[in-house]
Amino acid sequence: MSDETKSRRIVPIGPYHPLQEEPEFFKLIVEGEKVVDLEIHIGYNHRGHEFISPELTYDQVPFLVERICGICSNSHPLAAVLAIEDCAGIKSPPRANFIRSIIHELERIHSHLLWVGLAGHFIGYNTVWMWAWRYREHILEVFEMITGNRNHYTVNKPGGVRWDIKPEYIPQIHAALDLVEKKTMMLTKAVLDDPVIRARLEGVGILTREQAIAWSVLGPTARGSGVDIDVRRDDPHAAYDQVPWNVIVLPEGDVFAKAKVRLLEIFESVRIIRGCLDNLPDGPIDVRIDEIPPGEGVGRTEAPRGEVFHYIRSDGSNRPIRHKIRAPSYMNIASNVVAVRGGSIADAALTLAAVDPCYCCTERMAAFEDGKMKYSGQELLRLSWEKTEKLREGLGKSHYQEGRLE
Amino acid sequence: MSESLELFRQRFPETQVFVKNPRRLYLTIPRGKITAAAKFLHQERGMRLSICTGIDTREGFEILYHFSEDKTGILFTLKVFLPKDNPQIESQGAWFPAAQWIEREMNELLGINFIGHPNLAPLLTPDHDWEPDRYPLRRDYERRNEAHER
Repeated sequence: MSDETKSRRIVPIGPYHPLQEEPEFFKLIVEGEKVVDLEIHIGYNHRGHEFISPELTYDQVPFLVERICGICSNSHPLAAVLAIEDCAGIKSPPRANFIRSIIHELERIHSHLLWVGLAGHFIGYNTVWMWAWRYREHILEVFEMITGNRNHYTVNKPGGVRWDIKPEYIPQIHAALDLVEKKTMMLTKAVLDDPVIRARLEGVGILTREQAIAWSVLGPTARGSGVDIDVRRDDPHAAYDQVPWNVIVLPEGDVFAKAKVRLLEIFESVRIIRGCLDNLPDGPIDVRIDEIPPGEGVGRTEAPRGEVFHYIRSDGSNRPIRHKIRAPSYMNIASNVVAVRGGSIADAALTLAAVDPCYCCTERMAAFEDGKMKYSGQELLRLSWEKTEKLREGLGKSHYQEGRLE
Repeated sequence: MSESLELFRQRFPETQVFVKNPRRLYLTIPRGKITAAAKFLHQERGMRLSICTGIDTREGFEILYHFSEDKTGILFTLKVFLPKDNPQIESQGAWFPAAQWIEREMNELLGINFIGHPNLAPLLTPDHDWEPDRYPLRRDYERRNEAHER
């Protein structure tokens, strides 16, 4: 063993966590506190959707793909029905397009609030966690009102949507949006102005623009690194080309930029939903599809984490012969290899979570040194909290000293 | 007509182009041209690799490389046919990190050999002891209830 590798240790993160959707196993290779390399092992939750989907009819496929993910349970069915419609050359009616956009943006708000809450919890700001999850609740109530479910809304079907937005729902949706917008504004200001959060997140886990392009990362992970992509704008579908909104892009590439992109996107989502509700056209919410001709189709949409990609090949029967599914985390998680390198252990879990893959892995972390457990999941959480506390004390002291000097 | 498509046609005149609709283009190219074509789309035209799809058809294997041109919203799909008895192709993961995982996945689920890949280890089923030459996404795959067999 050379001197260089003598001090290397392995910190395993994983292999699974029961609460969110993507179990993965990160093997951090560390020298002291510094992370020098990362190995990623996935496949703990491989359920063979691409194998099962060709055994189902086109009407059943959205129900299957909806269950890929509990948080973005609208993105996969939307991309799948767009692929089916692309293959068959069908256009869904305008009212269905607007309803698709409304549901999709409501989903983005609740997903981003979930991430902000978990990130807050991890760096020791439990108030942020409680706040964010409390305001997320109002969005889930809107889902329950429109579709009957808080999750797995079953909104999309080939040719349109299943649930209409009745006129009596609209004031209640506006009320929930007003509340969430006001509270998220307060939360955003609190988070972005807090010197400790800034010190804790700025410059951590940087993914440069070149790396983001080489790894083809997506969504807030790419937009936080200065890559200006958003499938909603670039490849318009649903009603995204009919209401005004902006794509949030920040150049820094650190965890703070990714957090900021997510927080600011909530306001854009609110804007899209309001625009859609104000311009909601009348008419049918679905069209009848008699057959899917032989051919192929691609559907893609911007999930909260990035572009979801579905490819469908048809042979003219009532089932697809091939259905390729690509979730955004598939590209984003792979890029962690470059993002965590050079950081500390206390920052690693945060960096790994900054792409919003899944958060409970941090609870499952354990560090071994010479066969003995050094850090458990709780210990790593404590390490992260201690770092925040140290920063807070340091900042407090410097303010205090400055005050005394005056 | 897309500018990238025109340039692609000039560079690779043997391309067969199928325009499904203005934002979905399918370009069929010979197997030997795949690295040059992928490098052209990513490095010269600045496209992002969305994903690859591997399909087992009656005639042979099809590998589709979906490249997204985000400036115009056009999805360029490179299509390569591989014969059944010789399913191998040059790896793109060797120069393009974004292609590494999907090539590993196509290798383990469809049995395509990617020549020059830095690490062609199983990605999704690392702990599953597959029998050799038994790939779940191939047409001749027989579904068995393995839990009962054990």
